[in-house]
This record gives sequence, structure tokens and C-alpha cells, in this order.
Amino acid sequence: MSAFNWPVLSLIVWLPIFAGAAILFFPAARAGTAKTVALLASAAALVLTAVAIAGFDTTTAAMQFQERTLWIGAFDIYYHLGVDGLSLPLIALTALMTVLVVIAGWRISDRVNQYMAAFLVLSGLMSGMFAALDAMLFYVFFEAMLVPMFLIIGIWGGPNRIMATIKFFLFTFFGSVFMLVGLIWLYLESGTFSVLELHDFPLSLTAQIWLFLGFLIAFAVKVPMWPVHTWLPDAHVEAPTGGSVVLAAVMLKIGGYGLVRFSLPIAPDGAAALDWLVIGLSLIAIVYIGFVALAQQDMKKLIAYSSISHMGFATLGMFLTFAIVRNTGSIDGAVLGITGAMVQMISHGFISGAMFLAVGVLYDRVHSREISAYGGVANTMPWFATFAVLFFMANSGLPGTSGFVGEFMVILAAFKADFWFAFFAAMTLILGASYSLWLVKRVFYGEVANDNVAGLSDLGTREWIVLTVLALLTLGLGLWPFPLIEIMEPSVANLVDHITTTKIN
Amino acid sequence: MSGLAELQLALPEIFVAAMACVVLVADLFVTEERRGLTHTLALLTLLFAGIITLRMMMPAGESMLAFSDTFVRDRFGDIIKLFAYLVLIAVFVYAKFFLRAAGLFKGEFYSLSLFALLGVMIMASAGSLLTVYLGLELLALSSYALVALNRDSAAGSEAGMKFFILGSLASGILLYGMSLVYGATGTLALGEISAALAGGLGDNPLLAFGLAFLVVGIGFKLGAVPFHMWLPDVYQGAPAAVTLLISSLPKLGYLSLAIRILADGMGGLHADWQAMLAVLAALSMILGNVVAIAQSNIKRMLAYSTIAHVGYLLLGILAGTAAGYAAATFYTIVYTMMSAGAFAVLIALSGDGIEAENLEDFKGLSRRNPWYALMMLMIMFSLAGIPVFVGFFAKWQVIAAAIQAGHLGLGVLAVVTAVIGAFYYLRVVKLMYFDEPDNPEPVIVPTDFRAVLSVNGLAMLGLGIFSGGLIGLCVSAFA
Repeated sequence: MSAFNWPVLSLIVWLPIFAGAAILFFPAARAGTAKTVALLASAAALVLTAVAIAGFDTTTAAMQFQERTLWIGAFDIYYHLGVDGLSLPLIALTALMTVLVVIAGWRISDRVNQYMAAFLVLSGLMSGMFAALDAMLFYVFFEAMLVPMFLIIGIWGGPNRIMATIKFFLFTFFGSVFMLVGLIWLYLESGTFSVLELHDFPLSLTAQIWLFLGFLIAFAVKVPMWPVHTWLPDAHVEAPTGGSVVLAAVMLKIGGYGLVRFSLPIAPDGAAALDWLVIGLSLIAIVYIGFVALAQQDMKKLIAYSSISHMGFATLGMFLTFAIVRNTGSIDGAVLGITGAMVQMISHGFISGAMFLAVGVLYDRVHSREISAYGGVANTMPWFATFAVLFFMANSGLPGTSGFVGEFMVILAAFKADFWFAFFAAMTLILGASYSLWLVKRVFYGEVANDNVAGLSDLGTREWIVLTVLALLTLGLGLWPFPLIEIMEPSVANLVDHITTTKIN
Repeated sequence: MSGLAELQLALPEIFVAAMACVVLVADLFVTEERRGLTHTLALLTLLFAGIITLRMMMPAGESMLAFSDTFVRDRFGDIIKLFAYLVLIAVFVYAKFFLRAAGLFKGEFYSLSLFALLGVMIMASAGSLLTVYLGLELLALSSYALVALNRDSAAGSEAGMKFFILGSLASGILLYGMSLVYGATGTLALGEISAALAGGLGDNPLLAFGLAFLVVGIGFKLGAVPFHMWLPDVYQGAPAAVTLLISSLPKLGYLSLAIRILADGMGGLHADWQAMLAVLAALSMILGNVVAIAQSNIKRMLAYSTIAHVGYLLLGILAGTAAGYAAATFYTIVYTMMSAGAFAVLIALSGDGIEAENLEDFKGLSRRNPWYALMMLMIMFSLAGIPVFVGFFAKWQVIAAAIQAGHLGLGVLAVVTAVIGAFYYLRVVKLMYFDEPDNPEPVIVPTDFRAVLSVNGLAMLGLGIFSGGLIGLCVSAFA
């Protein structure tokens, strides 16, 4: 039942891109039409994703809905799309967040057409990247998405937007060029850019270590891992709400996805040799960045640091594999770790997106992101406070919310690898709760702090819709994560099986 | 081969040469108001030259020699010629708007440009060192005169003089190199030089000297570091329309110069010239990209950007493989389009004879004219080598060629300098999109200008998404 005889993935990728390009040509006076078209296009992409999920065969790790056409004949580069249990949930996340961002951006008044177009194009490029099964196609999508994001931060961002967006662009560009060199080298060795063929291409240990490092730079910047994370707080703070949401909810996942699609399967022995490096950096991110988050005065910066810390969980879960297999001799614990990492990425997509939207709600009203500018918001905005507290609780890993599931799985897996890994990872439960709840206390509870807060009005309809959807998903994934895990399971098992088998020739 | 058949092989050159003379003479009879006729005639010349070349295009892998082996017809030459016509058509359309406003709308621009084109075509089809030099000088002399087209401008005359002196020096060095090679091998025909080298002449010290002079001459013409000094001054001093011309069309000629001499003639000494080009490429990529950051004059910035791009295209040549030459050809073709488009937007911003020269002039362009801003955005991202724009496909091909030839270090240097270079291209985008305009007047240009610029800008995207076709064409040139 899996394969459709129509190109569902291409539609998911290109529909938003073409709609975005068309919106650019709308006259500025027709901003209302532009918004409607943007909403319809993003909703259509979401429906198509739902159709793909409905038709997805959860019993196999094979790539599904594959499309393959020759693109650049001279170099055997194919336009090759396909999804498995690792990429499909991320495509769904992309499609969903795009709809929410379009709704949340309804109040934008400056260059509306370009705003909507940028988000739609960005969304198509991100889906394309998740679906790409040709390394060059992947790289093209991977880099091309910098262009709309660069414009989104630079045009609609805050006062310091120019420095932030150039930093964002150059950091990520710098990281990814090393991946390009790695891919070119791989092509010259193997004669193919096909990701699946590269998974099976045998390589010497030295080659794998170099490749792994090249890929790691690219993906570590995207995740971002300590110490190449410094672009993220700036980009988040300066980006408009929609930009922050997409950045946190989807773009950070690209790094994690790249690790499981490229680094681990193409250079498994290199990854095994260097897993201590990634685990170390992840633990630093979890603990040290957690402390950094505690010290923040700016809400967006706090969420940005919290994102880095939470993404540390994702990378930790992925790279525990080798230690677990070494210790226990079985792959069950490793499957748990990687599944936890993937669940954490999806969950963090919901929660970080929701937190940025929540900050956006406040910022639209008061035009300040400083924690000290607020206090007692719960008195004037009770409904909003309900949602916000839920999201910040979820961020600190409250059981029953999606934030708990991934972290719990990763910590469980960490125990099988090394007690101290688990110990440091578990510190996030304290740190996450500290900075999240302290922020909640200072912003939402207590006496009404000033006239601005006293004059706040509660949520509007569009804000209601957006926050409700995310709240339901956060709770849904927290209470019943099984459907998501079911989609991922065969692919994760296959991945673990693949990466624990040496491919040194 | 009979005389007539030989002449037929050179039909595009003969046609362009004849038409250049016709344009020169016809212009004398055209009144000032009706100068548009000269423009139309020049465009028709290019169109028909294109049709002629297309109709007699050589199939992949075949070549024919004529005029005692001094003239080669092969697919590489045909491709270079076709894109030379295409670029010159765009240049003519862009330049007309500027020349009118600056009071420089003279017939000489067209006849000199056509002679420059002829020079490029002769280099593209050169079968001997003599023909190479003939084409080179025809191109160079036409360019010197073009740079000094505005005789009342001190900067223009100075640039013309500088260009002339340094260009002549480069030609002299090249010629000296050729004479040494002739002394060592006893022939000027590229094919025979290649055969002589294969026959074991490679150790002759005379050849090593000759080769060094040839590489220096080529480096001078291309503007590779450390022979780049003339380039920023000439770009800045020349009228924008002429900078537009000399930043695009001649690059196709210089690529032919390099490929004909180094690949066709001196292929046997590949190991020697590869090392020299590697140094030139590395220095050009570093210096061009770093110094461009410091420029506030857009013409100088684009001049240093040219220097950097020369470094990248040298990566393809130095690989010494068919894939490398194809990559360099692709790079050059794409670069001429990007450069022409960038200068076109600069021209669009110049009004009433006042040249837009500074980066500041781009401020707020997206408010003044969103469409041109979008075109410029695509050109800038393409120059920076960001996918899905075509400049990326050019860059990765030359990098792949260099890595394949064993120069992994140069490949890494190329990507790192590309990141440095991205900064100043992004700055143009920043000025256009993130800053408010100082002068909110809309930018208005004629319809033909707008149409060509749109095609030029969209080509950055289109050729990127459908890059297979052009890549395949370039690969077939060296099959």
C-alpha cells in the first residue's frame, strides 16, 4: 500500500516554493490575497504530508514514495526523493510549523508578500532537504535555505538584525563547505552521489574519520553544538517571531537529521572512533549551556540557550549507540537512544516553536523581550498564561508532555552506556526546570508589575488557534508517543544495525 | 583541403570581420538621432553570427584544421563563440542606455566591440601560437581604445593608458615566451609543439623558460595575483558600459588563450604549469576575496571579485583533465553572465550621466525597484556560490576537478575563501534589502534593458536548477 503512483514528495516540496514565487508577483496592495494564498498553499502541503503519513508503510525501513530522475548527467546526479521513518516525521513537522507561522505572521504589515513568500520557499526547501536521497540534491537544499532565512532575519528582524543575520549566514555557510569537500571526495572515490549507495560504500578508517569530521562541522553548526553555537542566540533574538519559530522548530533539526542520515551511516567506524567527542560536546551543551540559560535576562535568548541544551540531548542519544553496544552487546539500548533522540527533536520542535510564539504574543503587545519588563502577566492574560506555563513546563520535561518522552528515553539509554553520562544528562531535569520555572515565576506570577502589563489583553483568535494546536500536540505526544515511535522504529533499528557493522574495507 | 572549404570553416570569423567593417563605415552615414541603427545592425550581426555558428557546430570529439594548421574548428571553440555572441548582445543592450545618458553613444563603441569579439573568436579557434597572438592583440587593442572612449574624462584616459602599458608588457612577455618555445621546438603550430613534447623534448631548459613566460603572460591577461594590479584601476576608470564589456567578453578569450596554449600546446609539460597555476590560483582566491571586503567602490569590489573568480577558474585548468577544462569553461561562461548582470544593475542605477559607483548607491534598491533588486540578489548569491544558483555548480565543479587532480588543499582553500567572499556579496544584498534608500526615486530603464536583465538574472536560477544541460555541453567540448 505504500507507493503512490503520483509524486507526493515532489508536491510537498514544490507546491510551497511555486506558491511563494507567485506571491512575489502580487501587487503590494493585495497583501490580503497574498496571506490567503500563503495559508492555502501551506495547508495544502500539510494535507499532502498527512496523506503521505497515511500511506506510509510502518513495517519496513526501506525508502518509500521514491522518485528518481536524472538531473546532471555528467556527474550522475539524480533528482532522487524518498522518505523513511527518520525523515517523514520531520517533513510533517516542517509542514505543520509553516502553517502556524503563516497564521502567526498575519499581523505583519511591512512587505507582506515577500514575508509570506520567504517562509513558503523556506518550507519547501526544508522538506526537500529532508526528502533528498542524492547527496548533491541534499546539499543544494541544505544551502539554498540560507537565502530565505538570511532575508527573513535581515528584513523583518530587530534592531541588531544585520549583524545577526550575517553571522548566521557565514557561520552555517562556513560549516557546510567542509561537507561539500567531503562529498566531492566521496564522489571521486565511489562514483556516486546516491546516499543509499554511499551508506554501503566501504572506506578505510582514516578516510571515515576525516569524512566524519568534515560532516560534523557542517551539522554541528546547524544543531548547534557547543562551541559553534554562538550564532544561534543572536539569530533568535533578532529574528521576527516567525523566523525564530522556524529556526528553532525545524532548522536546528537539520543538523540532527544530517547526523543520522550522513555522518553515522556513511562513516560508522569514524563515528565509533570519535563518539567520545560528540558525547563530550553534547554533555557540555546540556550542562554548561543550561547554566548559561539560567543567567539570561532576555526571554528569547533564554529559549535559544535552552534549545542548544535540549538539542544536546538529541546528539547525545545518537552517539550513545557505540558505547551501549560495546557494553551490553545488544542493540536494544542503542535503538532506545536514537529513538529518544528523534522523539526529542520532534518534541523540541513543538515546544520551542510554541515558546517563541508565546514570547511573540507578549512582544506584539509590549515590545520588550526583557524578563524584567514583565511580572504578573497571569493576572491580565489568564488563558495565555495557561498555555505558556504548559509549554515552559513541557520544556523542563514534565511527565505527560512530549518533553518528557525523549529525555527519558535518552537518559535510560545513557545508563546502559555509562553512569556518568546519565548523571550529567539528568542534570538537565534540574537545570531545565530551574530556568523554565524561574522565567514563569518572574513573567507570569506575582503582582502586576507595571502599567504595560496591567493593560494587556488576552489572546486573539489566531493566537488561540496556533497555541491550541501546539498544546494538543505537546500533550498528545507526551501521553501517547506510540504512533510516532511506530513510524520510526524499523528505520531506527535498521540504522543501528547498519552503523554497528564495520564497513572498513 | 581546398581553399574554399578552408574559408568555409572560418565563416563566422569572416562574417564578423566583414560586419565590423560594415558597422564602422555605415555609422559614418548615420545621423546622431538615428544612431540606433548602428545598434540594431550590431545586434543583427551577432544574431546571424550565432545562426551561422550553430548551423555548422562541430560534433563532440571532432576537430578540423585549416590554413596550414593555424586555425582549428572544434566544439570548444564553437561553444566559446556562441556564448561570446550571447554576452555581447546583453552588453550592447545594457550599454546603450548608459552611453546615451553619458553622451558617449558613438558608432566606435560598436565597431570596436565587434573587433574585440573577433579577437576572442580567433583565440577560440587558434591552432598556432601566431594565431593566438593575433587574436589576443586584436582584442587588447580594441579594449584599450574602448577604455579611453570618454576622451574628456581624466580617469578614463588614465585607465586607458595604464591598461595599454601593462597590457603591452603582458603581450610582450607572452610573445617572448612564444619565441622561446619556437626556439626549442622549431614550430609554432600547437599540435606540432604537443607532438614535439611527447617526443621527449621536455627536458630542454629553453622550454621551461618559455613556459614560465607564457604562464606569466596568461596570468597578466586574466588578472591573476600577482599580475592583477591593472585590473581594479581599469575597471574603476573606464565608463561603466566599457567595464561591463571588459569584465565579461574578454574572459572567454583568455580562457581560450589558456586552454589553447597550455592544454593543446604544452600539455606535455602539465606537471610544470600545474604547479605554477596552483600558486596563482591560491594567491588570487585569497587576495581577491580578502581585498574586495575593503572596497567601497562597487566597480573596484567587482574587480577584486573578478580576481578571486580567476583563481577559481584556474583550479579547473590546472587539473589538466577533460573534466577540469570543462569545469573551467562552465565557470567562465557562467562568470561572464554574472558579471554582465551585476554591471547592468549598476548601469540601471546610474541616471543622467552620473555614474553610480559606490556601494551606497545600492541602498534600499528593493524599495525603489523590487524586481531589479531580486535580479541583483540572485546574481550576488550566484557569485558567492550559494546553491541553487548557477555559480554554485560552477564552483563545485572546479573544486572537484582540483581535488581529483590531487590538490585537496587547494580545494579546501577554495571553499574557505568562498566563505570569506560571501561576506561582501551579502553586503550588497544587505544594502539593497535591509537599508532604507537615500534617494527614493524609482529606477526606470527601457524595456529592452529590462527584458535582457530579467533573462540574465533568472538565468542564474534557471541554469542552476537545470544545470545538467550546460554542464553536458561543456563536457562535450572536451570529449
